Amino acid sequence: MVNADLLTAPPPAETPLPGVALDLRHISHEYRLKGEPLPVLDDVSLTAVPGEFVALLGPSGCGKSTLLRLVAGLEPPTAGELLVDDAPVTGPDPSRVVVFQDPTLYPWRTVWRNAALGLEARGLLRQQKHRVDEALAVVGLDGFASAFPHQLSGGMAQRAALARALVNEPRLLILDEPLGKLDSLTRIAMQGELVRLWQAKGFTTLLVTHDVEEALLLATRVVVFSPRPARIRAEIKVDLPYPRHRDDPKLVELRRDVLGLLGVGDATQ
Amino acid sequence: MSGAVDIAGEAHPALRWPGLWWPGILAAITWAAAAAVTQGLPDQVDIIEWTQTGNVAIAQAALAGLFLVLGLTARLLPALHRRVVPLGPWLVVLGAALAGWQLLTAKFSVLPMPFFVPPQQLVEVYQDDWRRLAESVLASLWLLARGYALGAAVGFVVGVGLGWSKHFGYWAHPLMRLVGPLPATAWLPLAFFLFPSSASASTFLIALATGFPVAVLTWSGVASVDPDFYDVARTLGAKPRFLVLKVAIPAALPHVFVGLFMGLGASFAVLVVAEMLGVRSGLGWYLSWAQGWAAYGNMYAALLVMALMCSGLITLLFKLRDRLLSWQKGVVKW
Ligand SMILES: Nc1ncnc2c1ncn2[C@@H]1O[C@H](COP(=O)(O)OP(=O)(O)O)[C@@H](O)[C@H]1O
Ligand SMILES: [Mg+2]
Repeated sequence: MVNADLLTAPPPAETPLPGVALDLRHISHEYRLKGEPLPVLDDVSLTAVPGEFVALLGPSGCGKSTLLRLVAGLEPPTAGELLVDDAPVTGPDPSRVVVFQDPTLYPWRTVWRNAALGLEARGLLRQQKHRVDEALAVVGLDGFASAFPHQLSGGMAQRAALARALVNEPRLLILDEPLGKLDSLTRIAMQGELVRLWQAKGFTTLLVTHDVEEALLLATRVVVFSPRPARIRAEIKVDLPYPRHRDDPKLVELRRDVLGLLGVGDATQ
Repeated sequence: MSGAVDIAGEAHPALRWPGLWWPGILAAITWAAAAAVTQGLPDQVDIIEWTQTGNVAIAQAALAGLFLVLGLTARLLPALHRRVVPLGPWLVVLGAALAGWQLLTAKFSVLPMPFFVPPQQLVEVYQDDWRRLAESVLASLWLLARGYALGAAVGFVVGVGLGWSKHFGYWAHPLMRLVGPLPATAWLPLAFFLFPSSASASTFLIALATGFPVAVLTWSGVASVDPDFYDVARTLGAKPRFLVLKVAIPAALPHVFVGLFMGLGASFAVLVVAEMLGVRSGLGWYLSWAQGWAAYGNMYAALLVMALMCSGLITLLFKLRDRLLSWQKGVVKW
């Protein structure tokens, strides 16, 4: 569980770094499939101000994960410009951390050593051990530091992955359907935790989800993509205070609009 | 192996009888029968006369006594009993087998004599020739250790290189495909001719036999690492060196150990052949020496020692694996 005190407690000694500004300019991307080009992203332009929570919605296979990989710097885009705080992205950077749908914990490392991976990779582990303990406490896994991944439930594994990201004090948190495989109760609990973390830490968040309600509950802005190759079909500002409630009439109305944009509006009415 | 373990799970009914452990008592009976057969019936002495028959009978009788005590005191020493209970069925059968062995060889010569030997002759060999056997074991172990360590190390590095680097793979892959499947023993005539000493030639051959499976399995281990593992590490700030040492190699380790086990088996085979054909020491040499003198007792004695040595080394490797891979669930117990 996220410590609820985080919201009311005075800010920690080292105040969290603010989130980054994101500027995607005319991004297009294609893969090669058996020699044939496969267009995945088509002229996607998107900006996010520091500390914004942007949710990306779109049909499965339209290119959302690809967009996240580009923002993370794991691959360069085929065309377009990708700026983070006005500097072009040239490769991965620990200030921009990805949490995937699968927790992708390293099975040979304990929960603690999984969470410590970012610090270890950058040679900072010796001085900053305490950050690992703190991150595990934030996600409520401090009692499981010495457990191995195969001993965790799905929700706990995903929390461990979140802790591994948080240890690096990310300024951009990139979430690729991080709650997609969890049961609905765990999911609801973790949605609340995500919002609290985001509010407490102030990082910019990019969330891919296939759950319209989740997007509306969490994000300040929802971007709806077309089928592959992904183009931005609409951007919806979600101007509701937190904590949000799924039966809020305004949220229900927005949900109907978004489902309509995704082309499934009538089926679920 | 697993049979004994299964029985352990259901062995506790034996403890339901107040204070009695029936398999222990049965074992006492079969071992006493073995002692009686050994001592009571005359040896067929037309070819060889054995000096250790009496001692074998005494040892069997002493063990029978021990099993009887254990069988009668089941409730008194529960900690000890928990350890011996799984052995019960084996002890019963071993006693019977010893009695049968004795009857078929020394007592009635059902199995033709110089080729099959009774237990007392094995004891005699160990008593008379233990020094030479011990030297042979040490020589074999030393040769094996050098060859295996060299082969495993080179194989591991080559495997990581093949899995990681396209440039390395471009040159190493065709060579591996051509040379790797060749049995190491095929090099034997050439190796003894090319290398300065038979010891270095044998080291090379054992390394070759070990290296190929280690390289192939390491390679497939590194190649099959989930690419997401790399992506996660890269976004967390990992550089290539970290990716190899802290992601690729640990992820490939289960495969590497399969290769190490295969390599160890192959190295045993090459060791024995090399010692039989070139090196003038070691258990393989002892075996061919015993064959030359038609000393079948020595051959069985050396085979038994060799079996214990090989099994011990495999056990050691399992222990190492269990330590390093304790994070895996469901590791097989040797
Ligand atoms: N490495 C790749 N090589 C070739 N095609 C890919 C690769 N990664 C993704 N794709 C293809 O790109 C399209 C978009 O994939 P993805 O971004 O994962 O979609 P989403 O996350 O929106 O479901 C899919 O058709 C997928 O098959
Ligand atoms: Mg996806």
